Amino acid sequence: MGEFLNQVLAGVANGGIYASLALALVMIYQATQHINFAQGEMATLSTFGAWFLFDAGMPYWVVFALTVFGSFIMGALVERLVVKPVGTASPFAFIAVTVGLLMIANSASHWVGGGDIREFPSPFPGWLGSRYLSAHETGTILVTMIVLVALLTFLKRTPFGLAMRAAAQNPVSSGFVGIRVGLMLTIGWGISAAIGAIAGMMVAPIAFLEPNMMGSILLYAFAGALLGGINNPTGAVIGSFAVGIFENLLGVYVTGSELKLTSALCLIVILLILRPSGLFGKAAVSRV
Amino acid sequence: MLRRTTSSRKPILIVGGAAALLLFACGPYFMNGYNIFQLTMLMSYAIALLGIVVLTGYCGQFSLGQGAFFGFGAYVAAVLIGKASLHYLLVLPVAAAASFVVGALVSLPAIRLKGIYLALTTFGLAVAFPQLLKHPGLEAVTGGVLGLTVSLPQPPEFLGVTQDHWLFLVSLVTTVIAFAVTAGLLRGRVGRAFIAISDNPTASVAMGVSLQHYKMLAFAFSSMLTGVAGAISALAVRYVAPDSFSMFLSVTLLVGAVVGGVKSVWGVIFGALFMLYVPNIANQISEAAPWAVYGAALILVVTFIPDGIASLFDRFIGRRRNAAAEPTGVYAPSGVK
Repeated sequence: MGEFLNQVLAGVANGGIYASLALALVMIYQATQHINFAQGEMATLSTFGAWFLFDAGMPYWVVFALTVFGSFIMGALVERLVVKPVGTASPFAFIAVTVGLLMIANSASHWVGGGDIREFPSPFPGWLGSRYLSAHETGTILVTMIVLVALLTFLKRTPFGLAMRAAAQNPVSSGFVGIRVGLMLTIGWGISAAIGAIAGMMVAPIAFLEPNMMGSILLYAFAGALLGGINNPTGAVIGSFAVGIFENLLGVYVTGSELKLTSALCLIVILLILRPSGLFGKAAVSRV
Repeated sequence: MLRRTTSSRKPILIVGGAAALLLFACGPYFMNGYNIFQLTMLMSYAIALLGIVVLTGYCGQFSLGQGAFFGFGAYVAAVLIGKASLHYLLVLPVAAAASFVVGALVSLPAIRLKGIYLALTTFGLAVAFPQLLKHPGLEAVTGGVLGLTVSLPQPPEFLGVTQDHWLFLVSLVTTVIAFAVTAGLLRGRVGRAFIAISDNPTASVAMGVSLQHYKMLAFAFSSMLTGVAGAISALAVRYVAPDSFSMFLSVTLLVGAVVGGVKSVWGVIFGALFMLYVPNIANQISEAAPWAVYGAALILVVTFIPDGIASLFDRFIGRRRNAAAEPTGVYAPSGVK
């Protein structure tokens, strides 16, 4: 039983990581009604930025703030310079552009970081750790919760968040009531890149920093976001923890660790077919 | 989407195309082994891109997992030659049939998904595929992480050609068949059904076009083409390994298709040329540069010439496509329409 509990908690620790990236995916979906395939690679690039700031000798939380801010700017610039000119009317074009961004961000990470695997510091003091979760794992879950609360407050409790959701769901009507739809998209991309950067800095101490760090984590984050509902931040976090536990238990007791990605893929497929809106999401209704 | 060539230019195009094909077929007599290998890879890429044209360009289904089908075909070829010692001329048809079946199976869940969800699922397939190949349970067949080596087919002696040249000829015949079958399929009833599904699924159903039937056919046919392409590449490269068929291969194929023109059968030639030569050129700048070049090319083409290089060529020789070719915002948020 103790062993089982250990495995569940190891899954919770992984889930905390998936949840942090899943929040970035939810954010971009809230802002654009699309999925950004480059989310993971952009986060990796941000994390490389943070690594160089550490290397210059700055203290952790200063670097943290600078990276989050810098990533916001990066995300906003990407929207303005790359995504906007394409337009979002054709989903194929949008997917193609985010895949293009994925390749460019991956290439940029290779270019700035080389092939080396780097260690990345964890900011959390040792007393946060316990018998079951390390200090960093507990800290990651805490940070994810803080991001979740901040995101929920922003989206649900501020006029700005309401405007952003409106702009994504119905750009034309939102424009008529005076919402600056273009600005909302830009800021949405900025915020999701910033959340992605936080996720990257939480992942890097565990997974080591290298250009393909986020590759498989992105798939789990997708699974988590879809499980909980990609238009529901709380659901996405719960879903990510569930995916983390499910994946770990399945890996330990059933399939072995070699099939973890495949089981995540199967989970995504089953979910999308049986309940595309996720456990906590609202079903999308579209007029034909 | 239906293409019509102005009648006066059609004979010129046919003669020009035949001349180009003949020139291409004679190429190996003036080349060294490596260049012949490159031409073979060019044909492999072209067939694989043809699969994307069918599935994405015509039927409107986004797949980011074509690399997995490519890898499947490559592994079928490698296993059949290495473990089952099948005659290599039988390998390509068997790989085609196996890939067709796998494509049909993958389509069972895939036809229920649309737009970004399908892209996401196929992306997942591409990410998970190498891990599946490395699975210890399959190691006896797939060779695990190390992969398998593939012996090159022996040419019949009366031809008096090298192994590379013989493989080139086999690939050439395969390519011509693939193009002829695909062009025929897309020009007829099936092609029109694909276009209808892509333009407006609801209206297609109302017109009696079975979404399930045609989407399944599109997936299976596309997988078959891509699998054959993979088999040719396995023969040409003489080696298969799990990490050759990573998510990046799928993305590379997508870039090739978009650059050539995702709605054009002939555009795949430009896409294949791009896939073959651009990375080599970019590699001279830096090792990480090819990805950046691919990514930048993808974004630039989507932004400025959404129908790819083929559309420039079409405009040049006076082909016109009618207004229905414009993508409709079926999956776009409701306000966008």
